[in-house]
Formats: sequence, C-alpha cells, structure tokens
Amino acid sequence: MNVYSPLWLSAQLAFVTTLILLGIATPIAWWLSQSASRLKAVAQAVVALPIVLPPTVLGFYLLILLGPDGAIGSWWVRFTGDALTFSFAGLVIASCVYSLPFAVQPLQNAFEGLPRAYLERAWTLGASRWDAFFSVAVPLSLRGFVSAAVLSFAHTLGEFGVVLMVGGNIPGETRVVSIAIYDHVETLDYAAAHRLSLILIGFAFVVLLAMFAINQRWSRR
Amino acid sequence: MRVRAILVALLLAGDAAAEEAVLVAVASNFAHTATQLAARFEEQTGTAVRLSSGSTGKLYAQIVNGAPYDVFLAADAARPAILEHSGRVVPGSRRTYAIGRLVIYSIRADDCLAALRDPHGGHIAIANPVTAPYGAAARQYLERAGLWDGVSARAVYGENIAQTLQFASTGNAVVALVARSQLHTRFVPESRCSLEIPAAMHDPVEQQVVLLDADNPPAGAFVEFLRSATARRIIEQAGYEVAR
Repeated sequence: MNVYSPLWLSAQLAFVTTLILLGIATPIAWWLSQSASRLKAVAQAVVALPIVLPPTVLGFYLLILLGPDGAIGSWWVRFTGDALTFSFAGLVIASCVYSLPFAVQPLQNAFEGLPRAYLERAWTLGASRWDAFFSVAVPLSLRGFVSAAVLSFAHTLGEFGVVLMVGGNIPGETRVVSIAIYDHVETLDYAAAHRLSLILIGFAFVVLLAMFAINQRWSRR
Repeated sequence: MRVRAILVALLLAGDAAAEEAVLVAVASNFAHTATQLAARFEEQTGTAVRLSSGSTGKLYAQIVNGAPYDVFLAADAARPAILEHSGRVVPGSRRTYAIGRLVIYSIRADDCLAALRDPHGGHIAIANPVTAPYGAAARQYLERAGLWDGVSARAVYGENIAQTLQFASTGNAVVALVARSQLHTRFVPESRCSLEIPAAMHDPVEQQVVLLDADNPPAGAFVEFLRSATARRIIEQAGYEVAR
C-alpha cells in the first residue's frame, strides 16, 4: 500500500462507474429527449436530484438500502454472500447514483439537438428504430457521449461525502483518493496530502481543458 | 429620550455579554456532555458559554490557524500537548478532564467476544486507529488480546467514534468497538450484547483541556469549573472516568 494506491483505486472506480453510467444514461436521455409525456418533468427532476441533495442524504439512504438488511443489500447478500456496504461494488452503485445527472444531461442535450429530419429520413429509408439510433443518432451525438463520459469520470473521482458514509475506509477496497487526502490532513501529514491533491488538481484541469477545447473546435465546424 | 437610553443600555449590555462569553472548541464525542457542563456553568456564574464541536484534528487545525477559541476540550492528549509545546496555550493549563472507556457493542450478536473471534462473522467497526484516539485504543486492545490478525481482515474504519457506532447501530457491521459514553446518549438502539473492555487492556484514552486565552478571566473560570465536584459528577454520569 503506497501513498498512490488510493489514486489507482479511484481511477478504477471512476472507470467502471462511467462505463455503467453510459449504459444506463443513454436510454434515459433518449427517452427524455423524445418524450412529450407529462412524466418527463418528473423524470428530469428525479435524475437531477443528486446535484442538489447533499451527499449526506445520499449516503444516509445508501447506507440503509445497501446494508445487509436493506432492500438492495439483502438481495445482494442472497446472491453473493457478501454485504454491499464497505465494498467496491457498493461504491460503484453509490457512484452511479451520485454521478447519474452528469451522464444524462449532456446526452439529453445532444439528442435534443439532433435534426429530427435526419432520423425521419433514416426511418423512411427503411431503417429500424434501433438501426437509426445507432447509425444516425449516436455518431451525430458523439460530443454528448464524450462530455457525459468525461464529466461522470471526473465527478466520481471527486466523490467524498457518499464514500465517507458507506465506504468504511478499507485500504485497496474503499479507501479512495479523497478519503486518503482527508486522513492525511487529519494526521497532519501535509506532504502526502499535497502530493495527492496536486495530482488531482492537475488531472481535473487537464481533463476539463481538453473537454472545453474539443467543444470549441466542434462548435466551430 | 428614554427610548434612546434604553437602546444604549441594551447595546452596552449586549456588548458586555459578548465580551464575557467563553468560546469553547469541543471534540464531537464530548459535545453533548459539554452542553450540560456549559448550562451548569452559566447557572452558577451568569457567563455564557458558546460551543463549537468538531473532530479534534479539525479543531486543532483551526486553532493553529487563528480561530478565536478560549478553551479547547480535545478528545486526546496529543493535540493539546503539541499546542502546549508550540506556546499556544496558557502555561500550566493542560489537564485531563475525562478518561474514556472502550466497549464492544452489537445489535446483531448475542455474544460480543464470539462475534469478534468468528472469522466469518462479518464486518467489525473500529474508529480509524491513525486519526481517532478510540481507534488507537481499540487496536491496542485487539493486539493485546491476540485478536488483531483475525479482526483486521474484516475491519471497517469509522472516520470518528460516532460513525463507528453508526456502522454497528445500522447493522452494517456485526460489532463495533466504541466509547462507553456513546451508549449513554439518546437514539442508540438497544444492544444485543455489550461488553466493557478492562482498562488495563489499552492505554487510557485521556481527553485533555487547554486554556488558549489568558486575557479572558471567565474562560479560566470555566477550565477551573471542570475540576469541581459538580462537573466531575456530570462527566462521570456521561460514561467517562475522571482523574483522581
């Protein structure tokens, strides 16, 4: 366990979370972008909740839901024999909830910006809905997918409060980089705290810079 | 004219009260007891006590960076000692005001010791031994009892002693090693087993107080009050021991 291993753990967590989120967020964002249903506003509000709620609210309910007696936790125990709290799998679920709006919103924006005529032309040419989605909508929304992936990854990397409440600070399993920094500050080991913090600042800046630069070039086209 | 006189009097009174108030930084685990102590002190002296609670490490960092606290009730002896060595406290004011005791607590197991020993028994919550004094004491006890190797593989670490109890009181951990004083507080679910760890099994968890401001006499009086029979009784009733 060296000082950098929490960084690696955070990167793994962010990567897995981003992959899963792209899978979950794409159909949600697509439905939101196409729907005229009255439920749309409700769904949008639900998706955006994690932006507004303090991590303590998410952490509190996740601790109960994921626990061995909780709705999700007890089901998981039956299948795997392990509890979800204090585990990497539990953190993945928590992160998916926590970062969901950061995946859905860029995708929804991208889908809403698609010229409707392109899709209709694909349908009239005989493409199935799936076919039209994958060969027309997805390539045209690439920018949305990149934004969604980058924001989900970065936001999960910066997660602290939720992990603090459901993680249990286990080295190599749930001690992510933000928790490690917190511990270093608590124990007055400012050198280690600086090292990890500066890496995070550098990484966050480079990622955001890259995203804004790409966006700029795209919009010039 | 009379209205103005009353206003002036009120302003002056408010000012005097603010000047006389004692600002106390208190470790979270002692915050509830400190509230009772403050109320009694206010009754006796008429001086207001304002409490700010937080972890000992965070309060320490605030003090080093110039926070205006008059008194620091820490959860350990280490941080007050560092403050003393760096000349930030009134010389001679550092004293142990409470001594913590460890207990094993569970809402899931009938036999606390058996749950600690069972290698397949699920998670065991202790406070982070590196950051929390009760965590260090818990680890020391487990090592002396020869249980550490088995427990460390199943340990989850609370950020502080309150979160450690919460891990067990929500049933997420099978047992937790917590402070006896915590079981005296409200809202803690009835335990299925709880077991007091003999004081000889770990170094005493000494919670120390330091006086930070020499120019505020009521602050000195509050520190002195902590040694009174009244204060000692309140501290003991909260589940701590006091130095003889």
